[in-house]
Amino acid sequence: MKLTEEEVRYVAGLANLRLTEEEVHRMSQDLGHILTHIEQLNELDTSAVPPMAQVLFDADETATLREDRPRASLSNNEALANAPVSGAGYYKVPKVIER
Amino acid sequence: MSTLAVAEDVIAKYEPVIGLEVHVQLGTKTKIFCGCVTSFGAEPNTNVCPVCLGLPGALPVLNRQAVELAISAALALHCRVNPFSRFARKNYFYPDLPKGYQISQYDQPLAEHGWLNINIDGIAKRIGVTRVHMEDDAGKSIHDGFRDSDVYTYVDLNRSGAPLIEIVSEPDIRSAGEAYAYLTEMKQVMQYISVSDCDMEKGQLRCDANVSVRPRGREELGTKAEVKNVNSFRFVKQAIEYEIRRQVELIESGGTVAQESRLYNVETGQTVSMRSKEQAHDYRYFPEPDLVPLQVSEHWLHEVKSRLPELPADRRERFATDYGLREYDAQVLSLTRETGDYFETAAKVSGDGRATGNWVTGDLMGLLKAAGKEIAESPISAQRLGELVALISKGEISGKLAKEILAKMFESGEAASAIIDREGLKQISDSGALEKIIDEVLAANPKQVEQYRSGKTAVAGFLVGQAMKASRGQANPAAVNELLKAKLG
Repeated sequence: MKLTEEEVRYVAGLANLRLTEEEVHRMSQDLGHILTHIEQLNELDTSAVPPMAQVLFDADETATLREDRPRASLSNNEALANAPVSGAGYYKVPKVIER
Repeated sequence: MSTLAVAEDVIAKYEPVIGLEVHVQLGTKTKIFCGCVTSFGAEPNTNVCPVCLGLPGALPVLNRQAVELAISAALALHCRVNPFSRFARKNYFYPDLPKGYQISQYDQPLAEHGWLNINIDGIAKRIGVTRVHMEDDAGKSIHDGFRDSDVYTYVDLNRSGAPLIEIVSEPDIRSAGEAYAYLTEMKQVMQYISVSDCDMEKGQLRCDANVSVRPRGREELGTKAEVKNVNSFRFVKQAIEYEIRRQVELIESGGTVAQESRLYNVETGQTVSMRSKEQAHDYRYFPEPDLVPLQVSEHWLHEVKSRLPELPADRRERFATDYGLREYDAQVLSLTRETGDYFETAAKVSGDGRATGNWVTGDLMGLLKAAGKEIAESPISAQRLGELVALISKGEISGKLAKEILAKMFESGEAASAIIDREGLKQISDSGALEKIIDEVLAANPKQVEQYRSGKTAVAGFLVGQAMKASRGQANPAAVNELLKAKLG
């Protein structure tokens, strides 16, 4: 399957990535190869198999629910420990610029 | 409010088509996918953990209570709850969305195909509810108010992961007024069934409006604009009114409506384009791999259903039929669950629904309002109000006296009978005692007696009044009337 350079630019834009022209060219080839590889799966007839996007189990009710009980949160210091910039208890991010 | 000058008759040529997306925060103790508390107003970034901070490797686990509240909401909106639904990732970048995606529901929502009745000038109109789905909330960005706000946006993630439901209506709404009625009813239902406090100042209920217009009589829909995140019902109404005018003016002057998101500016009363966000509208939804599908068994659904209280619209109707209340009173008395419960308890004690209704909506609500209290905090219990109304019905105290007693009950919280006994306020119906009072009144007012005897019988009212006054309001007015007439013969 071929991926156009236009499609690569679009997907890169959605992912907030800035690619050089050279990278756009290379990515379209790389991703194209990957898609071709995955495409082999289409040889199998899966029309009678329900898609499985998540783990399924044989029960009529979700068994992995949590009770509504509070648990300890992180301290403010811990929460901000890895923030490049913080202050007054907040994360500080560069002024949000709408693209 | 609006600065647009489109003639009313031009506006009238167009039919607005409106759909609303309402976000309601579910009233759980903890967040939807982690054990952090949801309490409002905490110090910034203190109710956070690896899950709601989107730290690598953290895994979400769905809150059972959030699911139950979402099911309650869906049932109250007459939706079909799907036995199988799933969560999906909605991908976008924003600083207050640390995961880089919102966990929402997409092609398989929790519930679908419901409705909500609204009341427009006494006529019921059914608004379709397309779907109810669950999702997590984002954090809060603060763009202003700090000394370096010109350079930085401050982010508080306490709200990140708060449990929400999104309720999407069908495009059945035809005016700003109907939108207002829909939101009011929605809020009342959600509060009634204890799904949410719907405190708009805390962001527990938020609304986006999809607005389009089309020439009346045309089937085909016009292009819609989405008015985002308006934080009061009044502003939603104003924003929709403005938006209708703007679109009509645009079309009338030969332009076309752009499909876009718009923000309502409270100060100018206008909506403005958020055009910049448009191109990023590809959310690349895909099934959330960290969660299993949500399965709601028949049994669970029944359990939640059996715990659901009576809905406001049903209660309104029942109050009107069972207690003979006027429609307006039935509405006031069913406005909140607490008011309805209070009225019903009191009415059962008094045995007179209509009179009880009048005392609750009139004097009691007046006293509560003056004291700045909610009905749940009323110093007079429903039981005691019922007793007071029963005393009036039995003729033991007059309505006038009851007002005084009610005020005293409000002060002290005592029972009516205790106040009556202590202050000797029992109504005087004993004819011996009444006769004495009447004789005195007649002796003191010879001129009126003369007038009465010469045919001016209207003066009897004055004499009854004097007798009531002489008895400090304790005389039984009906008995006084009768005795007086007998004496004046």
